[in-house]
Amino acid sequence: MNGRRLFSLISNLFWVLVVALIALDTASSTGSRVEPPPIALGSGQAASGGHCSGR
Amino acid sequence: MCFLIRLLLVAGGLAGVFAVTLAGGLRQGLLALLGIGFGAVLQGARFGFTTGWRDYIERRDPQGLWAQMLLLVLAAAFTLPLIASHPGELVGAVAPLTISLVLGAFLFGAAMQLADGCGSGTLYKAGGGAPISFAVLPTFAIGSFLGASHQPAWIGLGGLPPVDLLRYGWPVALGITVVGCGLVSWFAARGAKKHRAANPSANSSTVAGPGWSRRWWIGALLLAALYALHLVVAGQPWGIVYGIGLWGAKLVAALGWSPVGDAFWGVDPHAVRLAEPVLADVTSVTNFGLIYGALAASRWNGPADFRAPTAKRLIAGAVAGLVMGYSARMAFGCNVGAFLGGIASASMHGWVWFALAFAGSMVGVRLRQRVSA
Repeated sequence: MNGRRLFSLISNLFWVLVVALIALDTASSTGSRVEPPPIALGSGQAASGGHCSGR
Repeated sequence: MCFLIRLLLVAGGLAGVFAVTLAGGLRQGLLALLGIGFGAVLQGARFGFTTGWRDYIERRDPQGLWAQMLLLVLAAAFTLPLIASHPGELVGAVAPLTISLVLGAFLFGAAMQLADGCGSGTLYKAGGGAPISFAVLPTFAIGSFLGASHQPAWIGLGGLPPVDLLRYGWPVALGITVVGCGLVSWFAARGAKKHRAANPSANSSTVAGPGWSRRWWIGALLLAALYALHLVVAGQPWGIVYGIGLWGAKLVAALGWSPVGDAFWGVDPHAVRLAEPVLADVTSVTNFGLIYGALAASRWNGPADFRAPTAKRLIAGAVAGLVMGYSARMAFGCNVGAFLGGIASASMHGWVWFALAFAGSMVGVRLRQRVSA
């Protein structure tokens, strides 16, 4: 197997693993979550928080 | 064959957006769609923050810097009036002027040149299939997780409170932003002109020619439009690093670590983000969309081409990823969350971040040349 093919294999495996982890995380999370309105502008609700600026 | 590939890429994107909507709600689906747009534009226009700075440092090519300044002005013009008229619903990226900001931005600027990509660059290059991203991304996540955990202690070292220019009204805030970006563009053009004059016989690899490539300004226009839409949908500016740090925290938590008592991950809203599914996090879904958008754009005209990096480059990339992740949390974000988000929100910390990260990049470019040699 040449380097190019090996890398393709590794990158494909990497993304399969990423998708699997997201699916696992989604399936394992418990508890109810209040879904926010589709668009923040005009919703009357504050942003959920969780931004790089520290909010 | 090409048509079939494009059809598959579009179908894959729509399926992903549908899945995110089902799992996280309509807002998250819209954000994933916007993320796909970000990734497609970044990859399609090759709009790299890191490359733009490096082009100027190495060859005095100002095109990337000009495009970034155009992006900042447009993003500010689109969003400052909205933030001012909808306080609470829409918030900007505003952070204090701390010692951690100064140190973190400098380190980030140096590390992003070694890693060959900032926060957004690492994600879009990973989507595009750049081999080095697979070394950078995992360590970036761990670094960002650790940096976030230590962020309160770093902030405790002291500094000045946030300076939000919006308090003077959005016209003044926008005016100051336009003047600041204009000055940077003018200095960049002046430096390029001087460099060309001093190197009349040099070839194009060492001296940039005059003019402005179309991809840069089209990229800036599209990114500014997407940035404004993101703010309207999410209520907060586009970010990158928070999501990557959250992935690291989730991974470490899955291995047995408990966030209880942690100064960052143990308090709201971060504790809530950690407990919720990753698809409920604003930054994470935008990041996932970005990666897919870059993948689609890179495969649109056929298979992507790449060169395998040396082991030395991979190790340097992994170390740089760790430093980038950590320092981005010290500095309240990367090129997107702090530089673009901060300046477009008229927060002074964005300008401080830019100055220090650019100085760090000058060091990073030299380090990169040594590693590549």
